[in-house]
Amino acid sequence: MTSPATTPLAARSFDLAALGLAAVLALHAPHLPWWLSAALAPILCLRWWLRRRRQARTPAWLKLPLLAALLLAIVSWYGNLFGQEPGAALAVGLLVLKLLETETVRDARVGMSFACFTLMAALLFDQSLVATTTVALGLLPPLAVLRTLEPGRQAPPALWRELLPGLGLLAAALPLALFAFLLLPRLNSPLWGAPNASEQRTGLSDRMTPSGFTRLLVDDSPALRVSFDGSPPPPDQRYFRAFVMSHYDGISWTYRDVANQPPVPVEASRTIRYRISLEPTRQRVLPTLDVPLAAPAGASLRRDHEVIADRPVDSLRDYTLESATRYRLEPQLGRYHARWLQLPAGYNPRTLALGRSWRARYGSDDAAIVQAALALFHDGGFRYTLAPAPLGRDAMDDFLFDTREGFCEHYSSAFTVLMRAAGIPARVVTGYQGGYWNAMGRYLLVRNSDAHAWSEVWLAGRGWVRIDPTAAVRPQRISLGAAAAAPGQLPWYQDGWLQSLRNHWDIVNRWWNLSVNGFDALRQRGLLQPFGIRETDTSTLALLLAMACVLCMGAGLAWVWRRREPEDAAVAALHRLERKLARLGVIRQAGEGPRDYLQRAARALPAQHDRLIELMHHYLELRYARPEPTTESLRALRRAVRDFPVVRMVK
Amino acid sequence: MRAALLRRLNQFAERRLPALTRLRQPEPLPIELGRRRIYIVPTAFGLGFGMLLLVMLVGALNYANNAALLLTCMLGAASAASMLLAFRTLDGLSLRGIRAGHAIAGDPLELVLDFAARRPRESVRLDCGGESLAFAVKGTTELRLRLATTRRGWQALPRLKLWNTWPLGLFRAWSWLHPRQSVLVWPRPEIAGPPPMLPADARERLRPQAGEELAGLRDYRRGDAPRHIAWKASARHHDLLVKDFDRPEPRETWRLDWQALRALDHEARIARLARWLGEAEAQGRRYSLQLPNERIDVDSGPAHYAHCMSALAVLP
Repeated sequence: MTSPATTPLAARSFDLAALGLAAVLALHAPHLPWWLSAALAPILCLRWWLRRRRQARTPAWLKLPLLAALLLAIVSWYGNLFGQEPGAALAVGLLVLKLLETETVRDARVGMSFACFTLMAALLFDQSLVATTTVALGLLPPLAVLRTLEPGRQAPPALWRELLPGLGLLAAALPLALFAFLLLPRLNSPLWGAPNASEQRTGLSDRMTPSGFTRLLVDDSPALRVSFDGSPPPPDQRYFRAFVMSHYDGISWTYRDVANQPPVPVEASRTIRYRISLEPTRQRVLPTLDVPLAAPAGASLRRDHEVIADRPVDSLRDYTLESATRYRLEPQLGRYHARWLQLPAGYNPRTLALGRSWRARYGSDDAAIVQAALALFHDGGFRYTLAPAPLGRDAMDDFLFDTREGFCEHYSSAFTVLMRAAGIPARVVTGYQGGYWNAMGRYLLVRNSDAHAWSEVWLAGRGWVRIDPTAAVRPQRISLGAAAAAPGQLPWYQDGWLQSLRNHWDIVNRWWNLSVNGFDALRQRGLLQPFGIRETDTSTLALLLAMACVLCMGAGLAWVWRRREPEDAAVAALHRLERKLARLGVIRQAGEGPRDYLQRAARALPAQHDRLIELMHHYLELRYARPEPTTESLRALRRAVRDFPVVRMVK
Repeated sequence: MRAALLRRLNQFAERRLPALTRLRQPEPLPIELGRRRIYIVPTAFGLGFGMLLLVMLVGALNYANNAALLLTCMLGAASAASMLLAFRTLDGLSLRGIRAGHAIAGDPLELVLDFAARRPRESVRLDCGGESLAFAVKGTTELRLRLATTRRGWQALPRLKLWNTWPLGLFRAWSWLHPRQSVLVWPRPEIAGPPPMLPADARERLRPQAGEELAGLRDYRRGDAPRHIAWKASARHHDLLVKDFDRPEPRETWRLDWQALRALDHEARIARLARWLGEAEAQGRRYSLQLPNERIDVDSGPAHYAHCMSALAVLP
């Protein structure tokens, strides 16, 4: 017997293994550093070509340096080997290098098991329906490889047909998988640390540097989904606040988290209740519509009515809130007045001069100064673009008097600096604005590309008032979204009908998020409420899971044990007779024909001799004399068998 | 009473749990594999894969990553389903017959195993002695197996192990077959020895016989009969050509007799007779064989040779 450690790998298995690894690489490519994908893909292709076309093995002196280079590259890029992203990069790299030394059946088995693991790791980065389905399809090549490793197959089919049995297997496994998914007891708290929190995704940051948003504005993955009690607010009211930024250092605006101050008072005259489902951000901030009145569980309300969660949002997070949409926020500024006038010394002299000149011209009329600034943006030849010219040291001066192009960050930043220069308390607020109202699902889809920055100014008697200077330049940005504001500047897939198709498709993602990704320990406990079980604890779940396993295995066994042979009626009658005779002590031997058997039985049971011989002739005639037995004679045989006495005769 | 009870118990056990007793008792052909005699255990690779699934499961639960959990569940359920497929590959497979070839002791004997299945099967493996085969069954499949032999006479077939790890190599399903069938191994002829002593009248009865088969054409030699001249062929040559007929060398019939070898011991006699039989067959002679309890009349040909060798093989 040849052992898997020495059996060489067949060409077909190697092809499929290379295909599987290519799939793994493709699924991981979005979050791998580009140079790693660019290095691993040629290695994979070259290895395939060398083995298949040249029958060459990888020389041993090459493997170790490649491994060392991989480790070195990952450590130098990420700083360490542990954590989600370096771990995934390492796994993919090792997997591709494993193919270099895959020569035997055992190598292929190890490699393909590891490929399954690496595929699962891809789901740590993206858990959408599409990603999950793609990863599930990525399992097909490894499964196909494992099949091809078995010797003694029939002539192998075409390469793509090798993948189909795996699909069938996964489909057959689906019921049990669903049961297990529903019933596997979830952990209330993780056993070890959650994914590395220091790695940030593209998302709102607590620091705003003009032009730092561009990465976010072209990332159109969903950020949050909002459903409202009652009708949604009109498009120009859909401002979701995240960070309120007070401090400007000449380069960037920063949010300073102050935990020990109570929220400032707000006088709300109209409120709205809504529920937000937030995609993981790895950050603690929870965006809210306008000014929230209270924080949801597991989060707290900060001084300026930002909502900061106790822990970073590593998985989908649902929260319900009530916000004021018409309000007076912080009617009395009190002793904090100076904070909102802070400006770095020695920056932007022309901007400061402009602000001071407005103050001189309009006197104490703050509203007029605000209008003057908006009028400047509207009529001053400003242009909205996602690819503005770079700015120098005095960024706001360059922007206001020189380049005059930019997007929300530039406008809100410049506006706030102008206001502060004029002596009006002002601040930058970042968050999301707009969104797509999905009428079928009755929810608002807000994408990362809807990220926005605006300003708030404090006016006496009105409190903090939201001013969106971008709207002055490009009103479409507010009413129609970023794509309409900057036509031709966004990636092709964010434009036109395709974007609308994607907006409609999002309802599937929402359903997936609600039913699969959002299925946590809490929802699991309520799982059986419709069946009258109020509280489902772990032992109940385990019991149910065991029952489901037994049920599925039972169904599987029933399928396996079923023998597909429509039994001939005459044969069935003979079997019945056999059972009767067996009770009388005449057991049919394996390989004994019906004639021999019944003759033997007739000899063994003299009392039934004639009857058995008659039955034998009847049976043989039915089975072998005619191609199609008549129903009467069949019925007669059955009756004869049924009437055959089993009672042992007294000798 | 007690003996009868035990026998009945035994019969019951054999009927209900043939797996328990099948190892000891050979059974007649055909043998059809059923669920009572197929065993399944995970392979080493299956255990390793299970560990990997466990790691994936704990990881998915820990990170509360439901997509990964769903994927792990699917992979686990697919592994469990592969166990059923391993079982199904063997279930219903039947060994319908075994045909044995001929071999002299010490040489491998070729067996032809006739497997049948209603459904096509893939990657069934057979272990027999030191030999291992992998095959697919589609309808019926004949499998050639070489069985090592040591001594002449009837040799019982060894146990056969039918197994498979189809489709993923995670589970091994197997079943033992012990067909109640024996194969006959011929005696090994001695390597060299004297030719048989012929009776005095053997040579007289030989007459040169004119051959019947046309062997070829040759040049005319003086004394050739005119009716043997190939006139048509000669017309195209400047010499006469004569048809040459095959004229086999006359060979005497060997009458081999057990009693004529009194000087040798039992096995040596058999070995010598086996060698003579082989030589006679190779030279195309006619021969007969007289054994203590059997007499085989004069004949020739492979069937006759097999008959004689088998008679030698079963000698006590």
